[in-house]
Amino acid sequence: MMNTKLLGAFAAVALLAACESSSDQTAAATGTGAASTLGNGAAPRPGSQEDLVANVGDRVFFATDRSNIAPDQRPVLERQAAWLQRYPQVTVQIEGHADERGTREYNLALGQRRANSARDVLVANGVAGSRISTISYGKDRPAALGSNEEAWAQNRRAVTVVR
Amino acid sequence: MMPKPPLIGRRAALATAAAATLVAPGVWSWPLPARAQQATQGAVIDITRARTDPIPIAVPDFAGTSPEAQRLGRDIAQVILNNLRNSGLFRPVERAAYIQTAEAAAQAPRFQDWRVIGAQALTTGRAEVGGDRIRVEFRLWDVLPEQQIQGTAFTAPIGNWRRIAHLISDVIYERLLGEKGYFDTRVCYVAESGPRGRRTRRLAIMDQDGENHRFLTDGSFAALTPRFHPNAQQIAFMSYFQNQPRVYLFNLDTGRQEVLGNFPGMTLSPRFSPDGRSVILSATRGNDANIFVVDLATRRERQLTSGGGLDVSPCFSPDGTQVVFNSDRGGDQQLYVMSADGGNVRRISFGRGRYATPVWSPRGDLIAFTRIANGQFAIGVMRPDGSGERILTEGWGMEGPTFAPNGRVMMYFRESPARDARGGGYSSRLASIDIAGFNERQIMTPTDASDPAWSPLLS
Repeated sequence: MMNTKLLGAFAAVALLAACESSSDQTAAATGTGAASTLGNGAAPRPGSQEDLVANVGDRVFFATDRSNIAPDQRPVLERQAAWLQRYPQVTVQIEGHADERGTREYNLALGQRRANSARDVLVANGVAGSRISTISYGKDRPAALGSNEEAWAQNRRAVTVVR
Repeated sequence: MMPKPPLIGRRAALATAAAATLVAPGVWSWPLPARAQQATQGAVIDITRARTDPIPIAVPDFAGTSPEAQRLGRDIAQVILNNLRNSGLFRPVERAAYIQTAEAAAQAPRFQDWRVIGAQALTTGRAEVGGDRIRVEFRLWDVLPEQQIQGTAFTAPIGNWRRIAHLISDVIYERLLGEKGYFDTRVCYVAESGPRGRRTRRLAIMDQDGENHRFLTDGSFAALTPRFHPNAQQIAFMSYFQNQPRVYLFNLDTGRQEVLGNFPGMTLSPRFSPDGRSVILSATRGNDANIFVVDLATRRERQLTSGGGLDVSPCFSPDGTQVVFNSDRGGDQQLYVMSADGGNVRRISFGRGRYATPVWSPRGDLIAFTRIANGQFAIGVMRPDGSGERILTEGWGMEGPTFAPNGRVMMYFRESPARDARGGGYSSRLASIDIAGFNERQIMTPTDASDPAWSPLLS
């Protein structure tokens, strides 16, 4: 009985992995995959997530418990805004995330506020709000899997994902 | 040997021939005639002494009139034994020391046999199977004065035998400790599996002792923060169904799920009102999260807080007149209490660190919370006015306390940190603790687990 249940859980995981593509995994995959692709002389397709990651930067980072865009992160969003104006057919979703050193519910709200902060900068730089949706995953989808300051800094993030 | 006072003080005759009572769906009970001088009402055990002095109790196998009944009788006694031991308030006497046989004890306890091995309380019982039904007679004895404290018979479909064991456990708990038990309850929680960065999160439900485990959602979307309706048949939770994080209702009878409210943004942290007629939750809009109440009959929304920060994790007081919640309106996360209409907001947490996930005790006298300070997480309680703060347990990561229906025990989840950059070593498990801060135990689940919600008593 229990084995069947566990098998069910594993099947669900496999299914999820097969049909869903995480922005972080995409970013990581293109990070490593880009070397071989570029080695062949091919560039990422313009206007794609791979293009955004390789040539613009898909994410900004936040200080602990903060959701304002720090001055050193602003240029990334300004480049994203310019890139989005170059590809007007592209719509994006901004995913807000938090590190694991907070409670789940508060971090969900905090991740939403971080996504909104990033969105506000894109809009202030001329991107139509209708092209941008936001979502929060709180602390539940870490990009860096360690339990240390470096990992937490990487996880306090807003990631722009081409839809 | 020191003379000990009887477990039950006052004596009176129990009214006999009472009609059978439906104590749970499909479980009937009625009192048994007394076999010895009988005491009723008014337990005299002081529960504050239980921490250092758990009640020594003997729970021999229940006798059975057939091989199947004998097996069920053994299993029932084992469930009762585990419940009582796990509460930390009872000390089961080593079974190898028993002198009288279970079968003989079920006929008539020989009290000196139980007294000499140190048992103060004794339960005996007999199971009988007829068709697809089981009948269980149960008696609770005070060993020193040689009195029957309780005698009850239960009948139910055989498949409900665990419910009978939990109901008997609750009777023992209540008669000997003078407050309601919490064994006939369930726990809904989030079952977590898969790699750390891409976990599958499914709602699961089980009896409070971990049995009858089953999944409620299939893992195709993440499910978080389940909370029980006061009737225990409905659950409010947060779901990422179709990648739209919203509060949903889940009907345990029908399996039906429906989104709650018509909010433009994310909704989260739901909890039912004590009367079960509404859900209080948090809804994000722009850079704020505010608290709303959604009436379940009309589906109308009423906003309780506005502006100035992230207001999340609201929870009603058991009388429904007040709400405690978590807000960063003052700069960092603290706990606030307001009237149920949103007025008279005051901060109640003033200790060092951040405070979160407040939950009001069913008794009304305490608010449990998560505290984050000095890089450590802790679970604690304070009075509703913020006084008397007490930390019960502390560690690298823990949060989300939920009270047993009697307010005596809490469950929460406890995380351990990753040891490496691939997330190895990270775990998240359920745990429980007595609100006096002792008897911390891990609750076994098939996978990693988070966000426990303790149901009300099922009967």
